[in-house]
Amino acid sequence: MTAATKEHEPNGAYGPMRRKEDARFIRGCGTFVDDIQLPGMLHGAILRSPLAHARITSIDTLAAEGHPKVKAVITGQTLAELGLAWMPTMSQDVQAVLATDKVRFQGQEVAFVVAEDRYAARDALELIDVSYEPLPPVVDAHRALDPDAPLIRDDIAGQTDNRIFDWAAGDRARTDEIFAAADVTVAQDMLYPRVHPAPLETCGTIADMDKVSGKLTVWSTSQAPHAHRTLYALVTGLPEHKIRIISPDIGGGFGNKVGIYPGYICAIVGSILTGKPVKWMEDRSENLMSTSFARDYHMHGEIAATKEGKILGLRVKVLADHGAFNGAAQPTKFPAGFFGVFTGSYDLRTAHCEITGVYTNKAPGGVAYSCSFRVTEAVYLVERMVDVLARELGIDPAELRMKNLLRPAQFPYTSATGWEYDSGDYPRALRLAMDIAGYPELRREQAEQRARPGPQPGHPGTLMGIGMSFFTEAVGAGPRAHMDILGLGMADGADLRVHPTGKAVLAISVQTQGQGHETTFAQIVAQELGISPDDVEVVHGDTDRTPFGLGTYGSRSTPVSGAATAVVARKVRERARIVAAAMLEAAAEDLEWADGRWQVRGDPDKGKNIAEIAMAAHSGLELPDGVEGHLDATTVYNPPNLTYPFGAYICVVDVDPGTGRVRVRRFIAVDDCGVRINPMIVEGQVHGGLADGLGMALMQVIAFDPEGNCLGGSFMDYLLPTSMECPSWELGTTVTPSPHHPIGAKGVGESATVGSPAAVVNAVIDALAPYGVRHADMPLTPAAVWRAIQGRPLRSDLAIT
Amino acid sequence: MQITMSVNDTEYSAEVEPRLLLIHFIRDNLGLTGSHWGCDTSNCGACVVWLDETPVKSCTVFAAMADGHRVRTVEGLERGGELDPVQQGFTECHGLQCGFCTPAMMMTARWLLDNNPDPSAGEIREALSGQICRCTGYENIVRSIRWAAEHEAADRAGAPGEFGDSVQEAAG
Ligand code: FES
Ligand code: FES
Repeated sequence: MTAATKEHEPNGAYGPMRRKEDARFIRGCGTFVDDIQLPGMLHGAILRSPLAHARITSIDTLAAEGHPKVKAVITGQTLAELGLAWMPTMSQDVQAVLATDKVRFQGQEVAFVVAEDRYAARDALELIDVSYEPLPPVVDAHRALDPDAPLIRDDIAGQTDNRIFDWAAGDRARTDEIFAAADVTVAQDMLYPRVHPAPLETCGTIADMDKVSGKLTVWSTSQAPHAHRTLYALVTGLPEHKIRIISPDIGGGFGNKVGIYPGYICAIVGSILTGKPVKWMEDRSENLMSTSFARDYHMHGEIAATKEGKILGLRVKVLADHGAFNGAAQPTKFPAGFFGVFTGSYDLRTAHCEITGVYTNKAPGGVAYSCSFRVTEAVYLVERMVDVLARELGIDPAELRMKNLLRPAQFPYTSATGWEYDSGDYPRALRLAMDIAGYPELRREQAEQRARPGPQPGHPGTLMGIGMSFFTEAVGAGPRAHMDILGLGMADGADLRVHPTGKAVLAISVQTQGQGHETTFAQIVAQELGISPDDVEVVHGDTDRTPFGLGTYGSRSTPVSGAATAVVARKVRERARIVAAAMLEAAAEDLEWADGRWQVRGDPDKGKNIAEIAMAAHSGLELPDGVEGHLDATTVYNPPNLTYPFGAYICVVDVDPGTGRVRVRRFIAVDDCGVRINPMIVEGQVHGGLADGLGMALMQVIAFDPEGNCLGGSFMDYLLPTSMECPSWELGTTVTPSPHHPIGAKGVGESATVGSPAAVVNAVIDALAPYGVRHADMPLTPAAVWRAIQGRPLRSDLAIT
Repeated sequence: MQITMSVNDTEYSAEVEPRLLLIHFIRDNLGLTGSHWGCDTSNCGACVVWLDETPVKSCTVFAAMADGHRVRTVEGLERGGELDPVQQGFTECHGLQCGFCTPAMMMTARWLLDNNPDPSAGEIREALSGQICRCTGYENIVRSIRWAAEHEAADRAGAPGEFGDSVQEAAG
């Protein structure tokens, strides 16, 4: 079911359109990294640490080297001789490529074997003998800063404890004042547990160093091929123009494929050492145990309000578990990502947050997973706090939200922590979600159910819960003056070539992992040039063929590269105007762009379309002085601001109090991501994000036991939602264009992942209200729900019950 | 050891290690890379192919166990240059995003429709429950399979199913 408001429906090339990329995928003809076989290609495998914290006393590789199919065995020692034992992370830290001194998390990379086939490479791992001297691990983030906590990063000069950073935003003094004077203040601890993006395709790479040309070609599961190329150049010292990164079809990314992993460097070194292409594909356990996790935010929230329910302020303290190496990826100035937008969608007078990042003996990472740089954690925090407040005040959560949402007239709105929200009509979105849900009827049904005797433990029946969340996203990073990754400003290029017959080739820096760029970006060009999307080829994922840019994550493709695409197409159109003027023997100023062509103002019969103009632009037609001919153009788009998509979500659950099992009965999602280029794709993005959010709320967690053993290392233990857990999503649309984006689009990839967990949790907690449960941490597994009902909540990050 | 099997109606013989998994045989030895691998524990279903007439997780079958049997993969879904209605349904209803789970989803869907030509949404979800999609949230996969069921029913009734009636091409 889709409810749409009509007033901003775009015309022309925008609209639902079957995806161009489908043709290959439905035939099994996609090209994923592991599908590529090169002549003479060898296979790599990684030996990993079984311990979370231990000193390496010796590594014996002799037997492995003697394996008849083994071509090379690489250890930290080998890499140290090349100056490659450590690599920079995206957060001004370093990470061991292969451990030389200590291992700092279970699953850390210790040695790399290159062999003739993948089975032999694995066999040889068994022949490597590593001696470890176990050290006490830091597993509980809350103990990481204890005076007697073991020091994890003794490799960093001057590091004396496990602190990574302290960061704050907002006005502390004013916030304290408002809290001191407020009628009502409520506090709640909550954990956004460690989760993993787990795209269906794991990470991997093929490195091929051509000895003759000195050129390194790397096929990689990379969401950011250009950033990878620059980093490889900086790490290895290879000249950047001698590195080509090809990111072919990617089997889902969700942030997991932003970073550079040790296996990639090892494959490159393996190729350099053996002179052959080397493929390395991680298995699922390696993916879950060693590549970037997400979240792991231990939050203490406080909210202040009047007794009528006017929210005045928010105060938050966060302990951020970043694992053994700070491998988080976010703009440099933002060590806690965009958590600073935690005031959410509400008109608050003041807010303050302080965040401390700590090392623990867990896998590195910190930001990935469809989170828009920690907006997910921020939204979860504020949306749980609003529900906690609603409970405290005895006000319906919908009414409390409606009372405090920003009003359309307040935009552009500068939040208490300094973010400038571009546009929004929040009450309209919430009203639409409530209409689709039939909110009053749902509450009536719930009241009737609660009035009946039972259900209670031992009694049949389920408990109905209704939860909602209202989120504001901050995406499209970002303005170059404020946002960079390792010094690389977050602006992206676009090149547009128009062939003589009017067919076009667009080259962009961002990289699809399923978002359908080959279709939507063609639609943007088509819309701007009055041609068919079928006549636009989109080139991406190859650094030799595309302009520089930072890639696809943080929902930035449409806000940044989509804008670049519109801008470059408009440049082409302006060039075409001059040519058309020459063709029509008119002054360029007298032409207007109408019906997809340049025509003489007031004389629509005299006009030329892009195909006619392109042919003329390549011909002997005499052009005004200084006009070069052809129509090709190039641009770099530096976003003036982030874009702020938003939405209202409502979830209805039925909880079995006897077993703690949660069934999601309905999920209503109203998204406003500005102008929609291809609504079919937008809805698909929302569906996927909702499933993701439901998974995080109810199933997914990477927990650790006291020894630091990862307890989520396979799909047996790290549970992902299947078709059985997901309801049939009910979507609604409002459209509030971004005022500063060339086509008014805002980006949507992560909206649903950001917004949905709070709605699901709020629904479950609502269901448990009769038991007096005010909060329980994700994931709300049957065990967690049951324990919450017993008044003995689980701590979900540790295997402690 | 020596094995022989028919894959998408073509005979293949090969000398393989007894421990070689069918998914690796199909992908690496035969170069049929439409079937994928996604986990170590038989949970994800990215590897589903047909062994004779039954969908199996080919990461959980040794190539040797397929000796003397027939295997059908996504590359064998098209018949006589015609897309299978399931393939059409997936593109019509946006049943795929990254496309990694898609071939296996379609193999299960084809089997389902062969055995239950008019499955309910619930029956479709049940049939797919051993397979994971990380991108689509399943809703459009269910719709894709319903699309195929409806078009096959229309075909059987003699009214040709129309390719392209759920999503319009954008106007140029
Ligand atoms: S590869 Fe995951 S079930 Fe076969
Ligand atoms: S389409 Fe990506 S996993 Fe299903």
